[in-house]
Amino acid sequence: MQELTLHYPGGQRVTARAHVGVVGSGDCEVLVEPHDATDAVVRVRTAVDGFELIWQRVLGSFFARYPVAGRYEINDQGATPGVVSLRLRQAVAGAT
Amino acid sequence: MSDRGSAWIQALAAGDVQRVEGSLLVADCRLGDDIARLLCVVEDSTSPYLRARRGEVGVRESLVVAGAVRAAAADGMPVVSVVDVPSQAYGRLEETLGLHLVVAAAVDAYAGARLAGLPVVALIVGSAISGGFLAHGLMAGHVVAFDGPGVEVQVMKRRTAARITRRSVADLERLGYQLAPHSYDVARWATLGHCDRLVAVSDPAAPTATEVAHVREALVTGVGQARRAPRELSSRLDAAAAATARAASIRARARIRDQWF
Amino acid sequence: MTDRFANDGYLGRRSVIELGARARAFALLDEGSASELCGPFDRIESPWLSAQGLVPQSDDGMVVVKGRLAGHACLVVAVEGGFHGGGVGEVGGAKASTALSLAAADSAEGRTTPAVLFLESGGVRLQEGTLGLNAIAEICDALLVLRPRAPVIGVVAGPIGAFGGMGIVAGLCTRLIVTREARIGLNGPEAIEVEAGVQEFDSCDRALVWAVDGGTQRYRTGLADALVSDSIDDVRHSVITAIAAGVPTRHRSEQLDTLHARLDGLVEIDPADLGPRWGTQFGDLPPLDLASVPWPPADGT
Repeated sequence: MQELTLHYPGGQRVTARAHVGVVGSGDCEVLVEPHDATDAVVRVRTAVDGFELIWQRVLGSFFARYPVAGRYEINDQGATPGVVSLRLRQAVAGAT
Repeated sequence: MSDRGSAWIQALAAGDVQRVEGSLLVADCRLGDDIARLLCVVEDSTSPYLRARRGEVGVRESLVVAGAVRAAAADGMPVVSVVDVPSQAYGRLEETLGLHLVVAAAVDAYAGARLAGLPVVALIVGSAISGGFLAHGLMAGHVVAFDGPGVEVQVMKRRTAARITRRSVADLERLGYQLAPHSYDVARWATLGHCDRLVAVSDPAAPTATEVAHVREALVTGVGQARRAPRELSSRLDAAAAATARAASIRARARIRDQWF
Repeated sequence: MTDRFANDGYLGRRSVIELGARARAFALLDEGSASELCGPFDRIESPWLSAQGLVPQSDDGMVVVKGRLAGHACLVVAVEGGFHGGGVGEVGGAKASTALSLAAADSAEGRTTPAVLFLESGGVRLQEGTLGLNAIAEICDALLVLRPRAPVIGVVAGPIGAFGGMGIVAGLCTRLIVTREARIGLNGPEAIEVEAGVQEFDSCDRALVWAVDGGTQRYRTGLADALVSDSIDDVRHSVITAIAAGVPTRHRSEQLDTLHARLDGLVEIDPADLGPRWGTQFGDLPPLDLASVPWPPADGT
């Protein structure tokens, strides 16, 4: 299992907590909570090691499009970039 | 291995040992001021159930254990489960007949006896595995285990677990050294908080007079403690060892209680 | 999402099988009445998984929700089948058994609180070994303390079904609601094949699997109380009916006489012949009559 923590600048902030997804094959769960800081802090725990660059790219791309500040946790069980982005969008939609 | 239970029930019994329905040994045993009912599931190589011929707990064993426990409870007798079971029975017939419900009947009988205030003590003399252990022993209020060769408590037989989790048996044993819930060493398992007493026994298949005396004393103590202890299994979480071994369970319990409305 | 199908009987139904544990719990209970206990943001996770290179889930795959069902207090415990096949671990097990104990305590003090268990589980989470096994024992025990005071209703919808220790829990429930897609048993087909060979059980033979373990078979043989379609609405109706039926004089697992009569001398049988032989009535357990609770309810609840 690999753990990564990444930071992205935020604009708008999340105003509520939200949780989506399941740590199941090909899926991930996302938790998001408000925090006082102006950035998005993302902790990723993933069952699949060695994909740090892909995580940076996927998350970088997501937060460039949706710069929403908050504390994010992703517990991943091999989700594709598309599924990760979907779960993040669902989480942000539930939290703003 | 499968004769251990028989050896110990003979050693502890105060009279005849009866064989009921081929795979249950029943005897009475004097423990201090009590007369306790000893129950032991043993191998029946001629069982009409082909998948339950090597000591496994199948439909017949579950049902006869349930009946024996209820009968002892009706007589107000403490129950001692002598445990050496390799697993539940794995068979198409067993599933067709609803083995899940018959094992539930055994669980119900044991729990019911304990919840009604009867001392129910498990004596693990060999294997205590999976559904077999749930049906016979794990629902006891007080658990005594032998610290000796061939004694193990497990969620699944090594070979089956290895194939299902796609690991080697060696890998599983390595995991057992690392993490107590996987341990094949009974003394390590005992650190998880639901073993009340470990008794050193040099060869569980061949009881010595000294060892029988020790075990009898442990059972007398066990019956007394079971009588005084809270009746519900949730009290296992209050054992001293559980404070460290099951800290996460304790946190979860506290959180659910705090948030209950 | 389009509502074109909302009035179509089949396509308009909301599937239970497609819902995760949390969604099932909230969909069952009266809207706005339910709150989750020890949920994802409490972050009480398994302490055993990361040491084995496995990613924990924030709720440990067990969802505990309390609220109202048709206006009355009700506890729902739902296993998340998508997380390690719904295997019960230390933390999830403690959540479930604590909640059942609290419902039992409330019920003893006049605040009757039945429980609904969405069982979607292969049994013990093997990665948590003997702690998972003990967790099942503690769940069974708490259920048995609650059961004489308030009904415990098991719902098995699929796709995982209820096996292993959770098959035993299904056997202890006051009433069991199943779909056709559900399966209930002690050892799953794969475990039997691994242990006893493909001749004993070909786990790839889907027809055989459902003939032995399937919801329809369990209902036909008196081991389940209602066979419902894969719809939230039907599950809600059957659960409300089951709770209204109350606590029986004897549960299935107490009826040793019935079990003896059914099992007597039966050492070989084709699953297809078992329904005609045993029937849907289990001893003295009164059959569940879904017509006894009018549906949809007149007051729109």
